[in-house]
Amino acid sequence: MAERLIISSSPHVMASDDVPKIMRHVIYALIPAVAGAVYFFGIRALFVILVSSAVAVLTEAIILAVRKKDVNEVFDASALLTGILLALTLPPSVSFGTVAVGAFISIAIGKQVFGGFGQNIFNPALVGRAFLQAAFPVEMTTWIPPRIMQKVDAVSFATPLGGFKFSHIMTSHKALLLGSVGGSLGETSALLILIGGVYLLWRKYLDWRIPVSAMISLVVLSGIMFLVNPSKYPDPIFMLFAGGFMLGVWFMATDPVTSPVHPKAVWIYGAGIGFFVVIIRLFGGMPEGVMYSILLMNAVTPLLERYTRPRMLGEEK
Amino acid sequence: MLTRALKAGVHPDECKFTAGSQIQQFECPERLYVPLQQHLGRKAKPVVKKGEIVKKGQRIGEADGFISANIHAPAGGKVKTIEKVMLPNGVFDDAIVIEVNLESGEVAEPTWPMKPLSELTPDDIRIIAREAGIVGLGGATFPTAVKLTPPDNVKIDTLIINGAECEPYLTADHRLMLERTEGIIEGAELVRRAVGAEKVFIGIEDNKKDAIQKFDELLKNKSGWEVVSLRSIYPQGAEKNLIKVVTGREVPVGGLPFNVNVAIQNVGTVYSIFRAATEGIPLVERVVTVSGDAVSNPGNFVIPFGTPAKLVLERCGALFDEIEKVIFGGPMMGMAIKGYDVPVIKSTSGILCFKRAVREKPKACLNCGKCVEVCTLNIAPTRVVKFIRAGKLEEAKNAGLLNCMECGCCAYICPSRIPLVQWLRYGKFMLRKMEAQK
Repeated sequence: MAERLIISSSPHVMASDDVPKIMRHVIYALIPAVAGAVYFFGIRALFVILVSSAVAVLTEAIILAVRKKDVNEVFDASALLTGILLALTLPPSVSFGTVAVGAFISIAIGKQVFGGFGQNIFNPALVGRAFLQAAFPVEMTTWIPPRIMQKVDAVSFATPLGGFKFSHIMTSHKALLLGSVGGSLGETSALLILIGGVYLLWRKYLDWRIPVSAMISLVVLSGIMFLVNPSKYPDPIFMLFAGGFMLGVWFMATDPVTSPVHPKAVWIYGAGIGFFVVIIRLFGGMPEGVMYSILLMNAVTPLLERYTRPRMLGEEK
Repeated sequence: MLTRALKAGVHPDECKFTAGSQIQQFECPERLYVPLQQHLGRKAKPVVKKGEIVKKGQRIGEADGFISANIHAPAGGKVKTIEKVMLPNGVFDDAIVIEVNLESGEVAEPTWPMKPLSELTPDDIRIIAREAGIVGLGGATFPTAVKLTPPDNVKIDTLIINGAECEPYLTADHRLMLERTEGIIEGAELVRRAVGAEKVFIGIEDNKKDAIQKFDELLKNKSGWEVVSLRSIYPQGAEKNLIKVVTGREVPVGGLPFNVNVAIQNVGTVYSIFRAATEGIPLVERVVTVSGDAVSNPGNFVIPFGTPAKLVLERCGALFDEIEKVIFGGPMMGMAIKGYDVPVIKSTSGILCFKRAVREKPKACLNCGKCVEVCTLNIAPTRVVKFIRAGKLEEAKNAGLLNCMECGCCAYICPSRIPLVQWLRYGKFMLRKMEAQK
């Protein structure tokens, strides 16, 4: 007879989903977007992603070791995910050195300075990207056409949003959906991102309210602007599928660490992202505003949580 | 029939392997260790002395105050001694040790009025519950007589009979509903009379279709009764949740069911009232589900209180060499026991033996919000636990700490494996300590 029984607090059973498993499945959900990046921009895209991932994982491991934390934490794959996400937001022609700097900043400044996993306020991949945008503005806004449309003039090539903002050129919805347009590595095809997003929805690994509220708010707001002046403002479907919006709201705004959990806060958070994207794109100096919108809403998340505590069962309304 | 369901909650693997096993009487062992603390409230006072001969059903412990319960001898024999035994919660407390005389069939005279059921008055019924030591058998073991005595200015209009049995593995209530259906109905009628309710609901989860059907047939033409089929989800059987699902009413924070004119009783509880009223037998035994992957002959047994776990497990073919964990109760809210000497008591709905205890290292909270999503009381466990970990007990209290019923959904679902329930318990403990010092 066993001498010692194990005692512990209830519950004595646990659901099968743990952090490494969830992270793994988010990475699986990015496979279509990664494959798209390679298809549209060539094998170099894969190397950009590999460099970014490797530097992110390595940075995490080194800092964990320096902080005398369990280095095995690196295997929960969250640093890997940050590395992949960062790469997907970068222009295809980005230099490997820039990628490495971005990945380092993402993990070191975006995540570990706050105390590591679960402690950061801002999405780490977007912190890295924001740094690159500030440090290398030209490199970060130089675009190349996807391989399937090489005929265009590569020197003055622009993304759909840039083309609209600066030259008032419209890109077709079909091109935006399939991805035969310029842009960051993983953002060009709305369809490939949606496939991954729907997979995560099905596995219940992402909070559907975030992309849904962000998309509704973007479509409604840009729809109103379009109705007011169709010749000046783009149509809402263009706004939805162009640029980094889909990648942002499905894979970055939904980062659990930096998004709220109280139901009301979640809706406000999503709607806020959609709102700021429209404001920045239509009235700001830059063609794209997804990164700043998400970072902005990350910043107000603690405040939103504070004022939206759910009503307890039996609490007065 | 409408199927209703709790919003939120979790659905662990049901594992109700013993649902088809008929209730068997467990043979009374030669020695019983009957604890004086088998219920919520104050410990009973012993009323027998060492060496005294007791009859089956004789009162050996007397309720100490209003919120307490009588304790009776599960079998006739001789009081050997009063000694400390380990209770399921790990605390050592007084138990009356009885050397059982299996030959003696003598049963003690009931200390409550024995009349035809139809002649029992509400006060008679309360006396039965009090005298027969009946407590809530759903798990909380709150003295039933107290629940049958709502304040004078409260009108109870609804009685809910709780047959949800939403804990995985447990099938004791399920079998009772199938095999003692009439007794449950009669017992519920007595409770209905005691509290003056017009309407009676019996809520049963739809993983027990046969029980739903059985009650439906028997109650078809009975006025004021309604069988409610519930889609299986945990913790639907928790008092406040079941009231919300069945009646739509919300028991106020810090309140009790009577605040919303509801009385609620577990099927096992009403059956024991019926048994006391008809057979004159107090609460001295209960149905216990014995199951788990380290038990070769699982089943449902009527086990006398004071029977050590070891004897139960030997009888059920437990693979002692392989056991890592033994749980008294269900896997979501039960208690892991430290040793095999722990006796079966009034709260023991199950004894589960497992070869593997789940052991995982907690990670940092990733703020995924799953715990918030599953919490049926809407407490936002992650937030409360963050306050507790930071030592901010006042904030934790304001965020709903004391409202938590420790159902375990948050810790079950947490992908970071944070022992949220343990933290919540610790927080309650520290808060009580802090408030006592004030």
